Amino acid sequence: MTQVHDLDIPLGPSREKMDLVLAGVEDVHGERMRIQMGPQHPATHGVLRVEIETDGEMIITATPHIGYLHRCFEKVAENVTWPQVVPFTDRLDYCSSMNNNLGWSLAVEKLFGIEVSERVQTIRVLAAELNRIANHCVALAAYSLDIGAWTPFLLLIQEREHVLDLFEELCGGRLLLNYIWIGGLSHDIPDGWLVKVHEFVEFMQPKMPELNQLLSFNKIFIERLGNVAVIPADVCLQYGVTGPNIRGAGVKWDLRKNEPYSGYETYDFDIPVGTGEAGQFGDAYDRYMVRVKEIVQSLRIIEQAATRLDNMPGDDVQAAIPKTFAKVPKGEVYFRTEQPKGELGFYIVSNGKSKPYRVKCRAPSFSNLCVMPKVAPGLLIADMVALIGSIDIVLGDGDR
Amino acid sequence: MTQSEILEYLQASFPDAGIEPDETEPEPLIIIPPEHLQQVAAFLRDDEKLHFECLMCLSSIDYDEELHTVYNLYSMKHDHKCSLRCKVSREDPVIPTLTFIWHTAEWHERESYDLLGITYEGHPDLRRILNPDDWEGHPLRKDYEPQKKWHDIPLTPQPLLGGGDDG
Amino acid sequence: MGNIEGRFGPNILVTSADKLFNWARSRSLWPLTFGLACCAIEMMATNASRFDLDRFGIFPRPTPRQADVLLVSGTLTAKMAERVLRLYEQMAEPKYVISMGSCANSGGPYWEHGYHVVKGIDQIMPVDVYIPGCPPRPEALIDGYLRLRELIMRETIARKDA
Repeated sequence: MTQVHDLDIPLGPSREKMDLVLAGVEDVHGERMRIQMGPQHPATHGVLRVEIETDGEMIITATPHIGYLHRCFEKVAENVTWPQVVPFTDRLDYCSSMNNNLGWSLAVEKLFGIEVSERVQTIRVLAAELNRIANHCVALAAYSLDIGAWTPFLLLIQEREHVLDLFEELCGGRLLLNYIWIGGLSHDIPDGWLVKVHEFVEFMQPKMPELNQLLSFNKIFIERLGNVAVIPADVCLQYGVTGPNIRGAGVKWDLRKNEPYSGYETYDFDIPVGTGEAGQFGDAYDRYMVRVKEIVQSLRIIEQAATRLDNMPGDDVQAAIPKTFAKVPKGEVYFRTEQPKGELGFYIVSNGKSKPYRVKCRAPSFSNLCVMPKVAPGLLIADMVALIGSIDIVLGDGDR
Repeated sequence: MTQSEILEYLQASFPDAGIEPDETEPEPLIIIPPEHLQQVAAFLRDDEKLHFECLMCLSSIDYDEELHTVYNLYSMKHDHKCSLRCKVSREDPVIPTLTFIWHTAEWHERESYDLLGITYEGHPDLRRILNPDDWEGHPLRKDYEPQKKWHDIPLTPQPLLGGGDDG
Repeated sequence: MGNIEGRFGPNILVTSADKLFNWARSRSLWPLTFGLACCAIEMMATNASRFDLDRFGIFPRPTPRQADVLLVSGTLTAKMAERVLRLYEQMAEPKYVISMGSCANSGGPYWEHGYHVVKGIDQIMPVDVYIPGCPPRPEALIDGYLRLRELIMRETIARKDA
């Protein structure tokens, strides 16, 4: 009978001792370790570098460093014409390019005073919600891969491929679409596309319960995520954290209901919020479940939009696009939309010329990330992965 | 409250602060001089009738002789919005920080310092955030000249050695 | 192959060392999971079920020490360039570089006004295969890997004189 020996490996301070360590009173091992996580790391969702100081396994401070994907969007936007900015907005949060296009187009339409027809608005809502599903699929797939589950990754990416097939038929692109233009759309919906949308909704309905059985109600997953990386509601408001993160903390705040745009007020859907079922309000499990439930709500909106489009007569989707952008109204405007990762805002300054004078993009991932130094102390290194994935950042947004 | 009501309330509460309206279309702003900015911002956040607990966005703009910072505020409690503008000269661009009033401002002010060169007095950690720490110049200024190299990494397209044919 | 065919039993294969090594290397390319930007999402989609890179023997590894292909997918910025070089130097020979997407090929849409963007990874390291597209379709990425295989089949393991 072999003997089992105690392994003498120091694991860092226990949770009870954590407060003393954080206050600097007691250093359990007398030596802190500085670890660089990233910029190349399988779990940082892009090129993010987090400088972690740990005492054993427990994190004492965490400082995110960004800028590794700074692609000068704001400088580019000052040097190209108004409609030429649309493909660059695609590349901000590259998982949800329809929503970025929509945010930019609506902001410019508010500045120039352009109104689009109801049919264009309905198609825009349909496209934006399809992209919300694709975005959440990628987010949940990458997150489950970080936590250690392979199958949900393959499952969700496969479901997402159906959405990308729909996009390909609509406008030719899979990922970066350049579809929602200022004043209209780039293509009208092809014949037979709406039938496929209805089929997709029917196909996708049983997939979320399947994901729940596979992952969400899995005991190990709940242990990994419950009570971990809690971001309470007041911290969210102070730091400007928006999107599923603030909804996971229990605050029922969604720009599609609170400041509706593009006809969202006429659709019937709910706003899921975190319920604290796995531990506390605002933990990683809440943020994860909010995203799962949002996919279900998006399917409701898509069904309603597609039914409306079935009964609407066709029209010219490019009718409201200005004939020329050479001389435009002057002014400044700030407009925000609910992008899948949070609140996307554009502050645009126009001096009447054909190119914008200044464009400031208030990206959701930029503000969502700045809460990390506040929330990370006290977590274990493995929980850091859970934190980053549950905030759901994309560095195309964070760095612009 | 509408923007003009907020303006009157602020002018009544701070009669010597030099608060003026800015009639930009379609969204007018309120101009606040830099020396009174922190006081007015704290009032905007804490006063019961205003209660602007969210700083939505902080942008900086380079006009020829001046640099401006624009703050867009929102109140969830009362569902009203307000926009502030703070102007400083190009030679001495210093604005007091609002980090301790809205923590959202911390990273946005760092970005504004990085891209436009406005110094935020009292900021706990004012260094570049998007560009590398030893980058020269402030890219979003209108007179910015891009640098050709950084640490031996070429930033303009260089011809490949050997002509670049396949083989 | 050649003049010794048919002179041995059916279970013996005869080939040259070059062909054997090249065959083994090209049928088991392990890339480093190095996604920078949008092309990374298409790279993930190519690894998943529909386009399945595993059937080609391509299995992504998270560390450069275990990888032999550096698939740079996305825009290379000045701040990131030093790190990419360090990753390239950490990989063991033989190693190959695939440049995926127009940003990695030549700066992409940011070629003109991007002050922080390096105009292509070939400015700092040698590249074997370029894959055009913004982003390239998964089929294009698979085509790039197949071209890399053809390149590898032309190599030799004989050491060159210094």
